[in-house]
Amino acid sequence: MTDETAAAEEAEDEAVPAGDPVEMRYGAIVDPAAADAVLHATVENHLDACAEAFADGFDQLIDLTAVDYLTYAGTRVLPAGVEAERFEVVTQLISHHRRERVRIRTHLADGTELPSLFDLWPGAESLEREVFDMFGITFADHPDMSRVLMPEDWVGHPLRKDYAVGSIPVQFKAASNER
Amino acid sequence: MKIPGLGDTGAIADHGLEGMDHNFLTGNIENLVSWARARSLWPATFGLACCAIEMMATGAAHYDLARYGMETFRASPRQADLMIVAGRVSQKMAPVLRQVYDQMMEPKWVISMGVCASSGGMFNNYAIVQGVDQVVPVDVYAPGCPPGPETLLHAIFTLHEKIETGELTRRREANGGGAGITIEQRDGQTAGLTIGG
Amino acid sequence: MTVTENPESATEPSGEATDGAARVRRRDDGAAVLRLSEAEAAQIGNDPEAGDDDERVMLNMGPSHPSTHGVLRLMLEMEGETVLRSKPVVGYLHTGMEKQAEQLTYLQGCTNVTRMDYASPFFTELAFSLATEKLLGIEVPERATWIRMLMSELNRMSSHLLFMATNGMDLGAVSMMIYGWREREEVLRFFEKVTGLRMNHNYIRPGGVAVDLPDGWQADVEHLLELIPPRLEEYDVLMTGQPIWRERLQGVGTINADEALALSATGPILRSAGYAWDLRRDEPYLAYDEVEFDVIVGSYGDSYDRYAIRLNEIRESMRIVEQILDKMPAGDYRVQDKKVTPPPRVRIDQSMEALIHHFKIFTEGYKVPEGEAYAAVESPRGELGVYMVSDGTSTPYRMHVRGPSFINLQTMPHMMQNALIADAVAIISSVDPIMGEVDR
Repeated sequence: MTDETAAAEEAEDEAVPAGDPVEMRYGAIVDPAAADAVLHATVENHLDACAEAFADGFDQLIDLTAVDYLTYAGTRVLPAGVEAERFEVVTQLISHHRRERVRIRTHLADGTELPSLFDLWPGAESLEREVFDMFGITFADHPDMSRVLMPEDWVGHPLRKDYAVGSIPVQFKAASNER
Repeated sequence: MKIPGLGDTGAIADHGLEGMDHNFLTGNIENLVSWARARSLWPATFGLACCAIEMMATGAAHYDLARYGMETFRASPRQADLMIVAGRVSQKMAPVLRQVYDQMMEPKWVISMGVCASSGGMFNNYAIVQGVDQVVPVDVYAPGCPPGPETLLHAIFTLHEKIETGELTRRREANGGGAGITIEQRDGQTAGLTIGG
Repeated sequence: MTVTENPESATEPSGEATDGAARVRRRDDGAAVLRLSEAEAAQIGNDPEAGDDDERVMLNMGPSHPSTHGVLRLMLEMEGETVLRSKPVVGYLHTGMEKQAEQLTYLQGCTNVTRMDYASPFFTELAFSLATEKLLGIEVPERATWIRMLMSELNRMSSHLLFMATNGMDLGAVSMMIYGWREREEVLRFFEKVTGLRMNHNYIRPGGVAVDLPDGWQADVEHLLELIPPRLEEYDVLMTGQPIWRERLQGVGTINADEALALSATGPILRSAGYAWDLRRDEPYLAYDEVEFDVIVGSYGDSYDRYAIRLNEIRESMRIVEQILDKMPAGDYRVQDKKVTPPPRVRIDQSMEALIHHFKIFTEGYKVPEGEAYAAVESPRGELGVYMVSDGTSTPYRMHVRGPSFINLQTMPHMMQNALIADAVAIISSVDPIMGEVDR
């Protein structure tokens, strides 16, 4: 994916004039339109981007979650060179010394496995378990890839968009006067 | 079911007065037993979520459950008479709830505290059991999110009253399950109450 | 086991960030965390080939247990009275709130998130509102900001009082349970006066707050500020200096700064290890850069430090509330944007437009522009963040709450390693998890 072809795809990316190279940071594409520091990664460079960020001083993992874009009603505006997939795993890191935060959005299709961040930050254990439980995204080299919120034998991944809320229709019967 | 010489086992299980012929002579004893039961209900600790905080507040100094003989929340269900299901019951928790209920000794009562326990509350979704009466028989439903200590006390008094008069056991026999009494919410301070007053 | 003597300076406030020690990458070989499924765990101690030397026992604590905060289940692998490995099993209060949030409008969203951390509901409401306001691109008026700060700090006080009460009871000082609730009732009464509810207020909403502070609120707050400090002195006498209390908490459940950072712990757990990070000072939100307060930091990373930090945070919160009393500006209590803020009820009878706006806001909800945002606040338990993705409709597309308790629970197996089971109770209590925000 060369910078020239990426820039040639223009349009939705008004912040980057055509012809300018796409900005990279830690091997991931910087989102020029975002207010916060947002990077877009792929399954291949997810672990490397996080490792480089860690080496650069982002010593704490704040949050790791996922989003299922299956029924997204708006238009997904992504920087040039970023391919939209069904899932996004969003990793938030913080550097206390520089008072800086960074968000890494990793795009992956259904059924893809991501490398686990456990070796970088052991605190990723519960967060990745929750992502597995709620979305079905598995993480390679995770010490305990099991459900954390739902019962162990639950079938289905609740936060996926093709999983129904499960609400039951409420019937309002006349209240009894028994006291 | 009827056992010769013992009478109806359903009634015996509820009254705990085994082998006694129920007539006008035993009436006073039954009243005494009901009176005592109402005044020393020991709740089992079953605080789940936000309602548990309000239940603890009811047991604390300002609302004081101790004056009704109920400040000892027994951790062991064997020693408890009353289960106040305080909070939302998730799918994972429902079997635990049933297990604790089964471990309690007869006679036992259940107050469903809060809307989540009574009907699923605002959480009409895959994760929450839509009303704890799907798992255990409920005697009093206390509405509120969370019901304030005053509402919980109202529920407890309703339960006391019904235990004393025997109404609760009659209803339970009729229903085959819990008595299912719904109370109204009694929260909020009267106007003009000053902080610390 | 030895008891370390905490010097008085352990509870001194520290304004400077400790320069982080060279961070050691932790390779966790599973020595502290038990990673077994239910079936596998049942086999421990049952192995016929293990012989008589295998004294390991699997003890299950909870989910219904008086010494756990809410429905937390702990699987403890024990040898005698010593805990070897442990596994916190959560999910007993999973309410599907993140899924529910996708069904509710942004105005209703606060009723949902407020029930996550039910001991400090204002904070989740605040984080949700801040994230929504970021997406909406609106700015909240000054008075609303200061009202939010006032309610947040009072909520921090009531949450820490709840901690003191439950911590005391878990450790055997049952009278502390009564005293802690005594103060909490006073604060809750003020909340009821302002918001209408004792708990789960749904008061801080996107755009500002729901209603203005009532007349005479200054007198009520002043009364609280007079009432609580002498009571805190009582707790110092009852607990802080008391030898039994010290022996039960000092040296129990220690964690160092590197471990806490690696495990993503925030809040009093991280600060107890000597790491001074508090979002109010380091990434100020609302108007925290206009008030003076100290960040309380511990030295030993043990349960005693966490207790002392929370006790002194109550005092710091009172200091902030005093400054808010002086500095509260006049003005609007919510943003005057017709598309976001419902009109005053009186206007509905007068203006058709107001009626239509009211109807649309309360039934369909206002539409929030597409985008994603993350907003974080410093809750009594740590960094509480809301990550929101909007697709341009009136309900959030994805709302994720970064619950500090969920992540702080990861530190528990490490704290409990080789501790006695009686200390396990003290450790759970010092982590102060609220299961509502753990399970969501």
